[in-house]
Amino acid sequence: MTQQKKIVRIAAGQGFWGDWLEAPVRQVEGGPIDYLMMDYLAEVTMSIMQKQKSRDPKLGYARDFVPLMERILPRIVDRGIRVTANAGGVNPRGCAEAVLEVARRLGLGGRLRIGLVTGDDILPRLDELLARGHELRDLDTGRPLAEIRDRVLSANAYLGMQPIVAALRGGADVVITGRVTDTGLTLGPLVHEFGWAPDDWDRIAAGTVAGHIIECGAQCSGGNLLRDWRRVKDLANVGFPIVEASADGTFVVTKHPGTGGVVNVASVTEQLVYEMGDPTTYITPDGVADFTTIRLEQAGRDRVRVSGIRGRPRTDKLKVSIAYFYGYKAVGTLVYAWPDAYEKARAADRVLRQRLRDLGLEFEQILTEFVGVDATHGRLAGAPGPDLAEVQLRVGVRAREKAPVERFTREIAPLVLTGPPSVTGFAGGRPQVEEVVAYWPALIDRTEIEPHVRVEILEA
Amino acid sequence: MAKKTAATRKTPKRATTKRKTTVPVQLRHLAHARSGDKGNTANVGLIALDPAYYPILVKQVTVARVARHFRGMVSGVERFELPNLHALNFLLHGALDGGGTISLKTDAQGKVYSTALLRMEIPVPAALARTLR
Repeated sequence: MTQQKKIVRIAAGQGFWGDWLEAPVRQVEGGPIDYLMMDYLAEVTMSIMQKQKSRDPKLGYARDFVPLMERILPRIVDRGIRVTANAGGVNPRGCAEAVLEVARRLGLGGRLRIGLVTGDDILPRLDELLARGHELRDLDTGRPLAEIRDRVLSANAYLGMQPIVAALRGGADVVITGRVTDTGLTLGPLVHEFGWAPDDWDRIAAGTVAGHIIECGAQCSGGNLLRDWRRVKDLANVGFPIVEASADGTFVVTKHPGTGGVVNVASVTEQLVYEMGDPTTYITPDGVADFTTIRLEQAGRDRVRVSGIRGRPRTDKLKVSIAYFYGYKAVGTLVYAWPDAYEKARAADRVLRQRLRDLGLEFEQILTEFVGVDATHGRLAGAPGPDLAEVQLRVGVRAREKAPVERFTREIAPLVLTGPPSVTGFAGGRPQVEEVVAYWPALIDRTEIEPHVRVEILEA
Repeated sequence: MAKKTAATRKTPKRATTKRKTTVPVQLRHLAHARSGDKGNTANVGLIALDPAYYPILVKQVTVARVARHFRGMVSGVERFELPNLHALNFLLHGALDGGGTISLKTDAQGKVYSTALLRMEIPVPAALARTLR
């Protein structure tokens, strides 16, 4: 087989922490793949993991990754499938050690190498960085981090594909990282396999777009697809996406035969525009991709060919994802039934608000939504008809202090016997008080981060 | 009162038929869409159901019209064109009531904001409107 004909197959196994647990197993067993890529980290995921780690220093990673690996390790070792996953969260070493332990228990000692990527966590260095003049201003508001420094829970720089490439070069079968970009998990294997230069900007952009298309799992293969949604078959067995990449940077998006869902131009386009900003400038640590150059064509059933992608050089900054403690919130719901369901729900909202006022409780915000009337489209939905069968009253409150939110949670149930009639749906007990952990995006010089990135190879 | 779509409207009265060369059509008959979030901004990618509709979207789904559609719901609108995908991308700033984990909204991450744009009506040539749906 010549180098030109070489195809690398990268399968997406998880689109977020909490995605379908069967998907990675089916990707491994449903047909040929070379890599299994699993994205676990959304913007506030790191702070949840940080909280878990502060309670138990052995935690702080996507725990369900370990039993998942237990299910697939024997197969991937036998077939030489390699895994890239940012399941490590704020404790990639703890995650790697847990997987190593499982591997040994499965009798895979000596047959599995884990690549461990660290250096994205800048929480221990935060004061030093601030002292040296890095203000880490909020990208949206422009405010300096010093304003909330004492409330910071986690701080991680987004790393790109380079440590993944280094780990694969070092012989890693499973690469476990912390805050590596979703796209880097796909781009890394492609750069490693095809030997693309890190400044081959068009190919870097192509691998980035491939990563973006499959990083949300089935959201590009029929899941959440609006166009002709009734015609999407067998979502119960939806096939997660697979990229079949060539050395020239073109690739085909497909899925295993016999699976449900669909891969067509519409399904890929919907995923391409998901969370999009300026389409000419999709910035990652590895380069800048121009989404207006992407060409899509249907190349057979459940096969979309992607080509033409152009890129530009990477910037000298890396994005930093900071999570900080903000306050407390709670959401309470009740359901009001026909007749006059909406009118009853509105009356209940007025009663509730008056009681909160009379108690002297202060909130940063009280938000009322009427689910079935205005929760998703606001006033655009228009007034409901008089025969509305039921409506859910949904009231949320947020405050910097816990006490008023706590008190609010005790004001929902009483409405059942002390408010407007025909009310139900209060089965779950009091609403939960939730801690609000907010997100603070910032930029930092690449040179402050990259010298600290470490890649280790651990043997089972 | 719920807005009527073009297809459910009765034919205009005879006297106005000659002058009326376009009719209002809801965007859902011309496009599909997906939305996501970045902080307190929702994005809506609006994708033509047929490449032939794309120039109509470019001409009619203007920043001004989208801002009017969402008035009181967003603080600013930006638009980007993707002719290669027959798509427009809209950034709807201030749409998510704080966004992320701060927002109290059901749709705090703007997952279905796309469908709120698909409600919007734009003028479409009457001959084309008759072929939609």
